Amino acid sequence: MVPVVGLLLVFAFLFSIGGLFLLIWSISTGQFSMGPKAAEVIFDEDEVGHPEEPAATRRQNEDLLHALAASERYPSPSAKEDDKEPMLRAALDDAARKPVLALLLSSVVWLLLGSVIGLIVSYKLHAPDTLTQSELLTFGRLRPLHLSLVVYGWVSMAGMGVALWLTGRILKTPLHRPRWASAGCLLWNVGLAAGSIALLAGWTDGVEWLEFPWQLDVFFVVGGACIGVPILTTIRRREARHLYVSIWYIGASFVWFPFLFAVANWPKLHFGVQHGVVNWWFAHNVLGLWITPLGLAAAYYFIPKVLGKPIHSYQLSLLGFWALALFYSQVGLHHLIGGPVPVWLVTLSVVTSVMMIVPVVAVAINHHMTTVGHFRALRFSPTLAFVVTGAVMYTLVSLQGSLHSFRTLNAVMHFTHATVAHAHFGVYGFASFVMFGSFYFILPRLTRWEWPYPWLIRAHFWLAVLGIVIYVVCLSVGGFLQARKLLDGNEPFMQSVVVTIPYLIARTVGGAMMTVSHFIFAFHVGALVLRHGPRRSEAPLAYVPARLGQQGAGR
Amino acid sequence: MTKTTFGFIDAALAVLFFATLMLVVIPSAQLANLQPAKGLAPYSDIARRGREVYIENGCVYCHSQQPSSHFPDEQRGWGRPSTPADYVYDYPHLLGTMRTGPDLFNIGERQPSQEWHLAHLYQPRAVSPGSIMPAYPYLFTHVEAYDEGVDVVVKLPEPYAPAHGAIVANADALALVAYLQALDHSYPPTAEDAP
Repeated sequence: MVPVVGLLLVFAFLFSIGGLFLLIWSISTGQFSMGPKAAEVIFDEDEVGHPEEPAATRRQNEDLLHALAASERYPSPSAKEDDKEPMLRAALDDAARKPVLALLLSSVVWLLLGSVIGLIVSYKLHAPDTLTQSELLTFGRLRPLHLSLVVYGWVSMAGMGVALWLTGRILKTPLHRPRWASAGCLLWNVGLAAGSIALLAGWTDGVEWLEFPWQLDVFFVVGGACIGVPILTTIRRREARHLYVSIWYIGASFVWFPFLFAVANWPKLHFGVQHGVVNWWFAHNVLGLWITPLGLAAAYYFIPKVLGKPIHSYQLSLLGFWALALFYSQVGLHHLIGGPVPVWLVTLSVVTSVMMIVPVVAVAINHHMTTVGHFRALRFSPTLAFVVTGAVMYTLVSLQGSLHSFRTLNAVMHFTHATVAHAHFGVYGFASFVMFGSFYFILPRLTRWEWPYPWLIRAHFWLAVLGIVIYVVCLSVGGFLQARKLLDGNEPFMQSVVVTIPYLIARTVGGAMMTVSHFIFAFHVGALVLRHGPRRSEAPLAYVPARLGQQGAGR
Repeated sequence: MTKTTFGFIDAALAVLFFATLMLVVIPSAQLANLQPAKGLAPYSDIARRGREVYIENGCVYCHSQQPSSHFPDEQRGWGRPSTPADYVYDYPHLLGTMRTGPDLFNIGERQPSQEWHLAHLYQPRAVSPGSIMPAYPYLFTHVEAYDEGVDVVVKLPEPYAPAHGAIVANADALALVAYLQALDHSYPPTAEDAP
């Protein structure tokens, strides 16, 4: 047993070090200077140099064009010949409309529910005698419900909807079997509704991130398969020859998630501390191999597409993908540093956590080097504002995660609220922001209706940004102070509680701002879908991207 | 065509299988034949029910059950660092990752009193000033008259005691306290068999 484990560990470590050197070598020798034509598959033949932003008003689109054209880093626009491709795109969007709309709208409902419950939970932590009379509203039941709703209801459904839409669009192939996907959405919703009632009633598997009773998990496995199969068969039947990097992330995440979810939820398979090992292997993988790939797939599409400029380095994006797959799948055990689990396991997770720097840097270079020189564009493009902010937060939160996995630094974070701050930094700051941006791009295309009240988008953005910054900063500081008391054996334990109270209150304030922003967002989505609001004369709904010097042509 | 299409998905799955081998299969094999620690008793029926109450009410979200040598846990009286052999009867596991409240792996040794636990569950601030633990009044019943010898009455200090009648513990509260009292792993540790 021991020699086999040792051998595999050595293999895993060597592999990791090799990957790191490969990255350093390729960056230092300029292997990844500029991508090949593959990075341009998301554009039509003559589309590079032409931004596409359906979420912007006409005025914003004009400003966006001028802001981009003024930059030295912007590719010169190609000449426009005819409008065949836009018609194809309209057909592609139509093919996926029903399941995508169903998933996106469902996710917004779960987001509202999840946020309100999260806010109640946050308030209870500094006002513990609030709503204590019924077991339905006790902290220990609402907290897992909050997590389950925002992870499986909001981020997962939004991510799946965006993935479905991206699949048809990038592959230039109408989504295959869209009815399967709609059925999958229905099953997933049934699972969420039943699971929520179960958690409130106290029927739970009792394991963090895996609370929904395993009997109800069947809905998620079958529902997820119904959504995954159309994606995989569309990949098989595609028209576009090359598979763009977003498709790699989407395709892989739809085979990773069912496997992870089934292994971790399998009843009676796990035992004792081994159950703890599987628990955290899953919990970090659901972030790394499900939510992260869905978010990155969207960011890899929308950043270059809105700008009308291919991503910085295509090869680098592929290295980032494989490094993510290899390292992220093994990081989970850093949650049990110092715990009663085999030490070699924790060491393996610490090493792979640090190695996560490789894919994170790869993604960061790609996203930020594509955007650099065009930050003014964020002012005029709602999609970019959200997606680029999300991409920046991805870089920050991932590097923070790698640092925190070191045993010494981990001690000032372990067992404290700082972990919660980090989780929200990732799932909200990165994944949710990318999803918000994707909604702003996709929904006008699907509904053929422009966002009725542009100022609501700004309100949503600023409330969400301020909310998450207050949340993460305050709770991290509170967690750090809590850890200092916890680590000092001469301090009474109660001191570690007392010191956090002001920061817990600040977290409620940040959370309330985020929740308000979600109601604004949901109202706006509802108004768009119901075609309310002032009808502006110039709809940015035509499938023709705006063109410098001849705005309005082809509309 | 099909082969090149799906090559990346096969490879992506292979990578995950490798991770599963390392983080799930091998640890399972390593821990599969673990014997319970000497001194560790299986849960009694009432303690087992209490463990379910603990799970149903989400105690794990604030309380860990893993005294660690990385923290001054022994100094606080939370017990020696735990080993895998201490958890053989635990399913689902309740290791926890938060210490919003104290570690409970040895709460039965540290605080054996049923009276204290009942008062603490009914109103934590009655016995532990500054606590932010939720109160669990729904595990208790406010009665006008109680049956001596059958009902377990909660003894509460002045501002928290009811103006009339008494607070008696429900079956779930008694089971939960039995579980907490059973959380005592103060016996000597089993020699670590992990590499």
